[in-house]
Amino acid sequence: MKWDQFFITDEPLIVGAGISILLTGLGIIFVLTYLKKWKWLWNEWLTTVDHKKIGIMYILFAILMLFRGGVDALMMRTQLAVPNAHFLDAQHYNEIFTTHGTIMILFMAMPFLIGLINVVIPLQIGARDVAYPYLNAVSFWTFFFGACLFNISFVIGGSPSAGWTSYMPLAGNELSPGPGQNYYLLGLQISGIGTLLTGINFLVTILKMRAKGMTLLRMPMFTWSTLITCVIIIFAFPILTVALALMTFDRLFGSHFFTLASGGMDMLWANLFWLWGHPEVYIVILPAFGMFSEIISTFSRKTLFGYKAMVYSMLVIAGLSFVVWVHHFFTMGSGAAVNSFFSITTMAIGIPTGVKIFNWLFTMYKGKISVTTPMLWSLGFIVNFVIGGVTGVMLAMGAADYQYHNTYFLISHFHYVLIAGTVFGCFAGLHFWYPKMVGYKLNERIGKWCFWIFTIGFNICFFPMYILGLDGMPRRIYTYNASDGWTELNIVATIGAFMMGIGFILLVYNVYYSFRYAKREQTGDAWDGRTLEWSTTSAIPPHYNFAKIPEVTGLDGFWRSKQEKETENVEYKPIHMPSYSGRPFVMSAFLFISGFGLVFEWWAIAILGAIGTLICMVLRSFDYDDGYYVNVEEIQKTESVYKEV
Amino acid sequence: MDHGYQQHTNTNAHLEYQSGQGRLNILGFWVFLGAEVALFSTLFATYFVLMHRTANGPVSSELFQVPSVLIMTFLLLTSSFTCGLAIHEMRRSNLKGVIIWLVVTLLLGAGFLGFEIKEFIEYTHEGVTLSTSAYWSAFFVLTGTHGLHVTLGLGWIILIMIQLKQRGLTPTTTSKVFISSLYWHFLDVVWIFIFTGVYLIGMVMHHG
Amino acid sequence: MDNQKQNSSLVDNRFPWKHFVGYLLSVVLTLMALWITFSSGFSLSIIFAIIIVLAILQAVLQLLMFMHITERNSKIQTGTMLYAAFIAITIVAGSIWVMSAGHAAH
Repeated sequence: MKWDQFFITDEPLIVGAGISILLTGLGIIFVLTYLKKWKWLWNEWLTTVDHKKIGIMYILFAILMLFRGGVDALMMRTQLAVPNAHFLDAQHYNEIFTTHGTIMILFMAMPFLIGLINVVIPLQIGARDVAYPYLNAVSFWTFFFGACLFNISFVIGGSPSAGWTSYMPLAGNELSPGPGQNYYLLGLQISGIGTLLTGINFLVTILKMRAKGMTLLRMPMFTWSTLITCVIIIFAFPILTVALALMTFDRLFGSHFFTLASGGMDMLWANLFWLWGHPEVYIVILPAFGMFSEIISTFSRKTLFGYKAMVYSMLVIAGLSFVVWVHHFFTMGSGAAVNSFFSITTMAIGIPTGVKIFNWLFTMYKGKISVTTPMLWSLGFIVNFVIGGVTGVMLAMGAADYQYHNTYFLISHFHYVLIAGTVFGCFAGLHFWYPKMVGYKLNERIGKWCFWIFTIGFNICFFPMYILGLDGMPRRIYTYNASDGWTELNIVATIGAFMMGIGFILLVYNVYYSFRYAKREQTGDAWDGRTLEWSTTSAIPPHYNFAKIPEVTGLDGFWRSKQEKETENVEYKPIHMPSYSGRPFVMSAFLFISGFGLVFEWWAIAILGAIGTLICMVLRSFDYDDGYYVNVEEIQKTESVYKEV
Repeated sequence: MDHGYQQHTNTNAHLEYQSGQGRLNILGFWVFLGAEVALFSTLFATYFVLMHRTANGPVSSELFQVPSVLIMTFLLLTSSFTCGLAIHEMRRSNLKGVIIWLVVTLLLGAGFLGFEIKEFIEYTHEGVTLSTSAYWSAFFVLTGTHGLHVTLGLGWIILIMIQLKQRGLTPTTTSKVFISSLYWHFLDVVWIFIFTGVYLIGMVMHHG
Repeated sequence: MDNQKQNSSLVDNRFPWKHFVGYLLSVVLTLMALWITFSSGFSLSIIFAIIIVLAILQAVLQLLMFMHITERNSKIQTGTMLYAAFIAITIVAGSIWVMSAGHAAH
């Protein structure tokens, strides 16, 4: 490999991006050094096992990725605004829709949700931390380094360009030579480890570490949705692990799983990919459902309507989500029996989802509704998600799907469910739990402007795509002719996309504005909440979360205890907490090195990284650090400071 | 003391279940085994889908040999049994017994691995490799993934035995032994399906 | 120490019957599978059906006799394995069906 191939130098946009990354990186290093913050960064963040801090790092990373994925999207929309544009060439366009899709699903939606889960769930169930705090740090750092490996591809060696689905034979060595596709395989592989471990961690946390009195059917709905999500993660992500490994073998070691030669089956990749890929859709939507449930209940001042129906709906979804995958490739032509079966299961999974929509509506019915920013996002979700859901049922019909397949109709459909569902959910959850993370709310006025601009822009951008799709515009084309008649609607869509960009800028501005000017919360209960995370004495919970673990007597535990207004004199006892460790960071860095070696087929580096990873695991095995105790004086001191404020 | 769940001790239980963290780890490992089932299922699915796709190359029945497969099967099955005996000794608080049975388990596991490597080398000499055909790709990756698991298991159990020597039978060390035993038994479960789905079916497939 | 005294009531000095029975049955099931495959003279599809059932039986045997699945969090552990079985069947049978039907086979 020559150095001019190593660093991408022939594409002005990429060089510009590379230089700006370099400058930002140098700027961060300079600021950290100037303010003498390196030690702080290591001691407080890079070695932390505190679920709240890990959650915040996930969310920060997700917002960064939202920026990158968003820039990709705006570049695509710019290229498509007018016919025969020359803003991007075909190859660059392919790279951008590939990275846009991969980043938005795996490196934006997933960490945003997992971040909120990390911050909220242990507090919501009344736990000091997760079941395996060390493992939680491993999860974050493997995820982080895997995502970084994927992200550096566009400046070092070139981006993958076979789409986020990476269908074979397009993603094979013949049609996708070079390191790009390897980045995709190894970046996803390494970050996937983190996601699987998160699934196991939170499943056990929710099952075994709930506060006294919180039976399964007294768990808040966000906890329930996280539990179900964990089940799906645990059984879906290994499928991706294998699929990625098999393609890696095809590309690096000459096997023939998905090749056209020697008996390989290209469509087997599609089968395995969607065996993971469809459950993945529910992994990114169920936590959002849970958050909407909490928010709608809180701002309607009512207990969630049809709690049990909600729980059973999700259990049904957990089962059905594994038996619908073929609807992503009806056009492969598996015949009437296969397509009919998967049409029916796909339509069936719409039923529990519909049940949930009605439950949210009935929760609001006769409630005392206050339209805060999180509530606004939730209301926007219901309206827009239904549009995505209904078009989803249209796509579910195997025969009709032959018409919609690979058109902008499909693009519009999945953006209506993923943006109106997952992204609205992330924004709603971010606004809702923001005071729990930083001690003050995001500004409501800017928040509402952001909502309206983003939501209107979203509809202007994506609704025309339904019509474009029905007019026959295929997905993944980098340009079109004026005679195709798609120009007007494409211009409209591009305008909408830029409005969404403005919405994002408003969100980021809001973070800055609120940091400067927002009123700091005096109590832990910013929204007059119903669940345990609002019962902490301080706005930002101390590292041990609860000075005394609360007891729960029913659904909406904190709401009940507020009604009863009991004041008790708490007698503190020493609290056991896990120790911080730098090993997860180091181990994941070794995995990154190993992955990087494999991307370029530099075996020595790959082996070195693997050995480093193994050494870290051996050291962990001999690590008998049992954590430490927070003594009573320290707790008293912490709690009294908070009470005075 | 107001402990988190991790510190809840229960002395009225087997040693490995006594500490809260030990109980959490054992449960978490069961959940992890669920993920492993999904992982191996995907490899089996790939193998069965590609079973007839030998690209005019050698087929399985030309290479598979009953005696060697049978020896491997009994080595691993017996090692699963002796690993169970190690847990039995652990519950009798007999450290020496634990070590002896774990060593026997390791030896049987190493024997299995030796036969598997020998088999792979023989196939390579017959000209069959990962890139011979889709079928052989699936074969090598499925059995190889299992073999890699066995290798990691051997290394892991050795590490735990060192800790047993250093610390004796404590709630922490016993929970580690118990978890590694779950892993070891699970590898035998996977092998049962490889024995049946790959070898037995593979040997009769192209005869019938 | 106190702990050890309490432990002694839990010490299991009985002969490990469960393990021996589990081992013997596993050996028998393995040999049966072998016999059915090579000497029974059944048709291929019947052979496959029987030996797959035998394999499943042996897996259940390991879970019950060796892996102590019924101890402690038996409900979660058993639930995990049952759901895993559902997933395994979905992945394996589903993939075979989908990839061998219609045009997909070519």
